Amino acid sequence: MEKGIILEIKNLYKTYYIGEETVRALQDVNLSITKGEFVAIMGTSGSGKSTLLNILGCLDKPTEGDYWLDGKNVKSMKKNQLAEIRNTKLGFVFQSYNLLPRTTALENVELPLLYNPSIGSKLRREKAEEALISVGLKDRMKHLSNQMSGGQQQRVAIARSIVNDPVIILADEATGNLDTRTSYEIMSLFQELNENGITIGFVTHEPEIASFTTRNVKFRDGRIVSDVATAKKISAKEALLKLPDENLILESHIIPENLN
Amino acid sequence: MKLYNLIKIAISAIRRNSLRSFLTMLGIVIGVAAVIAMLAIGQGSNASIRSTISSMGTNLINIMPASQNRGGVHQGRSSSPTLVVEDVDFLKNNSTLIDAVSPELDGSGQVIYGSNNWPTTIYSGNEDYPFIKKYEVETGRMYTTQEIKTAAKVCLVGQTVIENIFTEDEDPIGQTIRFNNIPFKIIGTLKEKGNNTFGQDQDDMVLAPYTTVMKRLYRQTHLRAIVISAKSEDLITETSAEITELMRLSHKLNDSEDDDFEIRTQEELISNFGSISEMMLVLLGSISAISLLVGGIGIMNIMYVSVTERTREIGLRLAIGGKGKDILRQFLFEAIIISIIGGIIGVGLGILASTLIESILSWPTLITMDSILLSFLFCSFIGIFFGWYPARKASLLEPIDALRHE
Repeated sequence: MEKGIILEIKNLYKTYYIGEETVRALQDVNLSITKGEFVAIMGTSGSGKSTLLNILGCLDKPTEGDYWLDGKNVKSMKKNQLAEIRNTKLGFVFQSYNLLPRTTALENVELPLLYNPSIGSKLRREKAEEALISVGLKDRMKHLSNQMSGGQQQRVAIARSIVNDPVIILADEATGNLDTRTSYEIMSLFQELNENGITIGFVTHEPEIASFTTRNVKFRDGRIVSDVATAKKISAKEALLKLPDENLILESHIIPENLN
Repeated sequence: MKLYNLIKIAISAIRRNSLRSFLTMLGIVIGVAAVIAMLAIGQGSNASIRSTISSMGTNLINIMPASQNRGGVHQGRSSSPTLVVEDVDFLKNNSTLIDAVSPELDGSGQVIYGSNNWPTTIYSGNEDYPFIKKYEVETGRMYTTQEIKTAAKVCLVGQTVIENIFTEDEDPIGQTIRFNNIPFKIIGTLKEKGNNTFGQDQDDMVLAPYTTVMKRLYRQTHLRAIVISAKSEDLITETSAEITELMRLSHKLNDSEDDDFEIRTQEELISNFGSISEMMLVLLGSISAISLLVGGIGIMNIMYVSVTERTREIGLRLAIGGKGKDILRQFLFEAIIISIIGGIIGVGLGILASTLIESILSWPTLITMDSILLSFLFCSFIGIFFGWYPARKASLLEPIDALRHE
């Protein structure tokens, strides 16, 4: 394995059998990700991008092919070993946040570390606080997850994904449930994390969102059709500033109504 | 995973889902409480029926004089002078299966107090007589051994006699009544017993020391009967056999001579008692089976649903590195905590409910340790099992399938 490569898959196949129908979700996929990359995995729904992400995240197993994560071949691992890999080497951000409801942000972020026996309660608390500070939720640590806005919830989820110092964060349509402004805010946070050295795999179907990353991998019908560095990486922070002012939009809508 | 972390996770999960945890616990509480209350009612009725039958004297044995044959003529049973006080002492000293024994003399007569009179029966025995015949002193006292020895003219009176010769505001104790012209001082009253199985009023009586009745009332030396209470209802046959042997010894009868006495037991009553007990046992068994079933199904449903509902949460926990066994143990802990707390509250509530039923509806209830243990263990087991089973299913899922669960 080349130096700096943290993740590599070779000749990967994934086939589902639904009744008599055979679905070839992934066919002969080869991909490697180097430390510090921010990779957008793109494609329409059914293109196999989510299947790949699940396999990269050790949530699902390939039908054929090899997968090395941080120098270890994952393919031959048992369920419990995979759980340990997920616990120590991976971070997940889901479209629907998947936070525990009626639980504070801090407790949600602590959760992965609770499953790691080598981390004591003091260190756990410190790391969770640190993660929440880095996503900008310093003042909301004790807030309950279900009393937060979507953007805040996704920030908690991102804090949860980085709390175990993973080799890669895997995000599945992480901005899919958010409005444009909040999406940009989240992307700006991802960029910030990436600039601090965190590797990110980001599944999305929105080209706009993909333009915030450093590399675009396109899927179609289970195969990679293009794999290029982003032509011109856009800063999400700058994009945010270019958005029309929300308050102005609101006012322009309200005033005519009041006149009627 | 550390046990401490596991318990922490389980407790915070219970608190997070406080309404669901409460409802689940409520299922167990009601299950346990219902079973305990049902069993308490069933066992209470059983005990009350048993004691009612028992108060008729199932372990009572009577020895009567046998009818004697004098020159070819059968004599009346009561005129046979074969039973004497020495027989009572002999039985008392030599029997191993007898609990208590007493001579018995009775006779009817007119009781007079002031201008009132009432036809009644006088019964008499020694100090064990009320115990054998299941009479209880309501007020005043029983006659003493000393009073038996001196043939004191004292007596206790039954409720029917009191009602007929005293006015309501009169205290019978200390008054003197005359029975067949012999004055008796009343030292106590007897608790109401009601009619016996033959419709005879068991409260229409006067109770006196047998010596008094024997020497002062009837001036006779023989007894009308000897009454015995056996140590156990189950040993009635053995006790009868032993009594027969001892009585033949006491009367110095040789092998060729017939018994000059007759032993009577309450066989009919005992066999009835047996079949009623059996019936109650079946009834109790079905009550407990049905209430356990109903409680169990309730607990099963709520546990199953509440765990299945959390499949996505299980998926998340698996995704962030929880192992299948961690998930399983977390849910098992939750189920154990909920079941045990629910079970304990249920036991408390069940006891409270039984007490209320007893005091408000005045139904007899009886709570036994067995019924508490049975309901607690059964409901806890169901709760834990049906918390564990769906959690096991979920923990075996691929994380991605659990996450996608709707």
